[in-house]
Amino acid sequence: MFDWVHNVPILSIVCYVPLAGALIVMFAMKSGQEAAIRKFATGVVFVDFLISLPLWFAFDRGGDLFQFRESAPWIDSIGVRYEFGIDGIALLLVLLTTLLGFISFLSSWSAIHTREKEYYVFLLLLQTGMLGVFMAMDFFLFYVFWEVMLVPMYFLIGIWGGPRKLYAAIKFFLYTLVGSVLMLLGILALYFYNAGGLLGWQGLGNPATFFIPQFHEIGASIPLDLQVWIFLAFFVGFAIKVPMFPFHTWLPDAHVEAPTAGSVILAGVLLKMGTYGFVRFSLPILPDATLKLLPWMAALSLIGILYGALVAMAQKDMKKLVAYSSVSHLGFVMLGLFALNGPGINGGVLQMINHGLSTGALFLLVGIIYERRHTRMIADYGGLSSEMPLYATAFLIITLSSIGLPTLNGFVGEFTILVGAFHRVWWWGLLAAIGIVLGAAYMLWMYQRVFFGPLTNSENKGLPDLNGREILYLAPLILLCFWIGLYPRPFFRVLEKPVQYVMEKVDHTYATAVAAAPSAVPAPAAAAGE
Amino acid sequence: MPSAAEYQLLAPEILLAAAGLLLLLGGAIGRGMGNRESALVSIVSLALTAGLVLRVQSVIPGRMLVLGGSFVLDGFSFFWKLLVLMATALVVLLSVRFLDEGNYRASEYYALLLLATSGMLFMASGYTLLTIWISLETMALASYILAGYFKRERRSNEAALKYFILGALSSGILLYGISLLYGATGTVQLAGLSEGLRNAQGNPLVPLGWLMLAAGLFFKVAAVPFHIWTPDVYVGAPTPVTAWLAVASKAASFAILLRIFYEGLGSVKVEWQAVVAVVAAVTMIWGNIAALTQQNVKRMLAYSSIAHAGYVLIGVLAVSQVGLWSVIFYLLAYSFITLGAFGTVILLERKEYAGETIADYAGLARRSPFLAAMMLLFMLALTGIPPTGGFVGKFYLFAAAVEGGWGWVAVIGVLTSAISLYYYFGIVLNMYLRDSDQTTPTPLHAPALVGAIAFCAFATLALGILPGPFIDFAKNSLLPLP
Repeated sequence: MFDWVHNVPILSIVCYVPLAGALIVMFAMKSGQEAAIRKFATGVVFVDFLISLPLWFAFDRGGDLFQFRESAPWIDSIGVRYEFGIDGIALLLVLLTTLLGFISFLSSWSAIHTREKEYYVFLLLLQTGMLGVFMAMDFFLFYVFWEVMLVPMYFLIGIWGGPRKLYAAIKFFLYTLVGSVLMLLGILALYFYNAGGLLGWQGLGNPATFFIPQFHEIGASIPLDLQVWIFLAFFVGFAIKVPMFPFHTWLPDAHVEAPTAGSVILAGVLLKMGTYGFVRFSLPILPDATLKLLPWMAALSLIGILYGALVAMAQKDMKKLVAYSSVSHLGFVMLGLFALNGPGINGGVLQMINHGLSTGALFLLVGIIYERRHTRMIADYGGLSSEMPLYATAFLIITLSSIGLPTLNGFVGEFTILVGAFHRVWWWGLLAAIGIVLGAAYMLWMYQRVFFGPLTNSENKGLPDLNGREILYLAPLILLCFWIGLYPRPFFRVLEKPVQYVMEKVDHTYATAVAAAPSAVPAPAAAAGE
Repeated sequence: MPSAAEYQLLAPEILLAAAGLLLLLGGAIGRGMGNRESALVSIVSLALTAGLVLRVQSVIPGRMLVLGGSFVLDGFSFFWKLLVLMATALVVLLSVRFLDEGNYRASEYYALLLLATSGMLFMASGYTLLTIWISLETMALASYILAGYFKRERRSNEAALKYFILGALSSGILLYGISLLYGATGTVQLAGLSEGLRNAQGNPLVPLGWLMLAAGLFFKVAAVPFHIWTPDVYVGAPTPVTAWLAVASKAASFAILLRIFYEGLGSVKVEWQAVVAVVAAVTMIWGNIAALTQQNVKRMLAYSSIAHAGYVLIGVLAVSQVGLWSVIFYLLAYSFITLGAFGTVILLERKEYAGETIADYAGLARRSPFLAAMMLLFMLALTGIPPTGGFVGKFYLFAAAVEGGWGWVAVIGVLTSAISLYYYFGIVLNMYLRDSDQTTPTPLHAPALVGAIAFCAFATLALGILPGPFIDFAKNSLLPLP
């Protein structure tokens, strides 16, 4: 039924449909037709989401690692090629991006009333940039998308943001740019090491290329000291994006000032680029450096988990609370990835998706109440559950998903990560478990203060409950939370091959261990506690 | 005695100089040629010259020395000639409306521009230190006058005076360096010089000579610490002249810098590499930091052009194939980007500094969205963000540095380009994130100028998205490596 997907450049289509939409809006639509622009732009991303859905069905779980490949020459003289392809990890992230893209467009209808034409142009460009990052299999191409995406995000924060938007926008841009230019040096070092050598290191003499799987191949042969340098260069780029403690300071600013759609995309997709970078590049390409720096990575992840949770607890602003909770949750993802075992990496990747769903939904929910009351202060609310029962229900489900209640998605991810962490070093798991407790505390405490108790503030009386459009965009997120929570198997099935691949690359002993005793390494699905 | 056939190979230079003299004459007879006629003559003669350059290139097999070994015709020289011709043609388009506004006589302006450009053509082909020096002076003398062309404006006078005094000083230093090298080796021809330097090792005149030579060249490309003249001259000179100084003059200066360092000083490569590395690092750091606080756009672009000289020097010091074509590609991209940015400045500029501050860009995105979008593209390109030619150019430069083992220079390069985002986006911030008020100027209505800017924007994008053909072009324009 989905065979046609293999006969068309499906990834390019998914990636460039928003770009085409942006060009149409830019050149063919006038600023006067706000309603038309809004509907057209949302239609474009909805179509894009529909086009991306067949990827899920046509993706061959047992087939090649990278599928839907597209390949064309681009800049011959230095071996840059236009290479697209996705593995299971990228597949999930692409689908998350198209879904959250559509949802964030829909949520913008009532939130954005100024300069709408530009707004939707930037949002569409951002969509193309993000999709390209996950699809690119050529380092140069990857870097192009990685940077291109910063520009529309800068404008989204800077034009439609809150009171301190100018500061937040340039801070976001500068932080991420510093990270990415250092990453560029890392990419160049890999490139030259693969081809002819650099500085004091004797190169491998392979044909010059930026093809990412080629670097996976040569990864283990890179000398340790060079690996460490490249790892650090990558680390700055990815850690700022994740963001890991202590590079996280741009995040609360950007989140608090960004419009709702910006926050949803920022939390849902942009942060995943950092963790995606670690699992796609740092781990498999630089295995020895990963092992050497493992304690540091784990320490920063654990600090992030606990610090993010503690700071979140002290927040008075709901959006800031969710922002700091992201620091904590992304710490979990990082801890899972750096547990370097099946459950850890599986859980880490799945938790990337989970965080995108639940934190995206949390920002949407905060945005909904902000549109009605123009305040995000927890103290301004109380007893909302009687006024807005549907809203309170949706908020509750997402809160529970975020704190990892069984039957919801957060549980599956966090539990799997904990299994991985305990396997690696038992007290990592212990500290992370404390983070979960703290997470439950600040989320439930916020929920209690906003929704329960008497309706103290008379301005909250008679607030309208969720409308049809809001239900429409919250429903898919809630459904997915339940799906992953109740039956995560299809997701782990998609991740099986790529995670195994990462583990073979990062741990030389893994492949032999599997061959010797298949049961010695816990199978990902079994560890997921199905 | 050079033969007639050799003079035929000099046809482009002769044509352009003749066109310049013709314009000078046209301005002197009767009431003089008007602005538009002179501009048309200039464009046509620049185009014809470019045609002749291509014609000469098609009959030259590889590399050829003429005029007794003082003039070289190779792919390298043809590239720079075409680049400065194209840049000058765009500057002519930038100038027409500007001269109208200023109400100055036009034909002498274009005459000086063409004469200076013919000097640049000679620079690109000069093969003895003296040929290079004389052609450099041809360019420089005309530039001094052009910088002061708006004689009723005091800052234009100031620019000309500063430029002249410091320029004359640097020419003197350059010439003194040449004489020292001549004393040590007995020749001024580049191939002979390289050979002579190899045999003159230990002679104290040699390092003194090439250091002075290098100092003169660093002055011309505006590298720190020889950059002091740049901000004042760039601000004071009529803006099209500023654009032309920042692009054509800088490109021609880099042409001779590469030629002299690679071909003339090839045998002391290791020594000058260290010097160039330090100068490149200091230039990138200081140029970018000084630009951070500028409120005047022209002054900001002046510091940015200093910083970009630092980036180009990375490619120079790498001394590799990648390094050479990265310099060539980068200056090509930089030319389009900078001309486009200055074109936008011209559109907003009024008499007496009005329209020159960054605050004057407030709300430009609402008033003229396409002009703002193009300016955004130029600012992205100057920062080095894809998909623009500026990114690909910087990518190659840093690649050359990493390959050549100059990792620390590359680190400074990438970090300073991240810093540069702050001031380039000062303009973007005003254009898109602030609203205009009564004082903000409306862009001029000047179709030719807007056309030139659009062309630059298109080229900036093309170089970023499909750099392949341009790189192949750059690869045919290489020098032999020392």
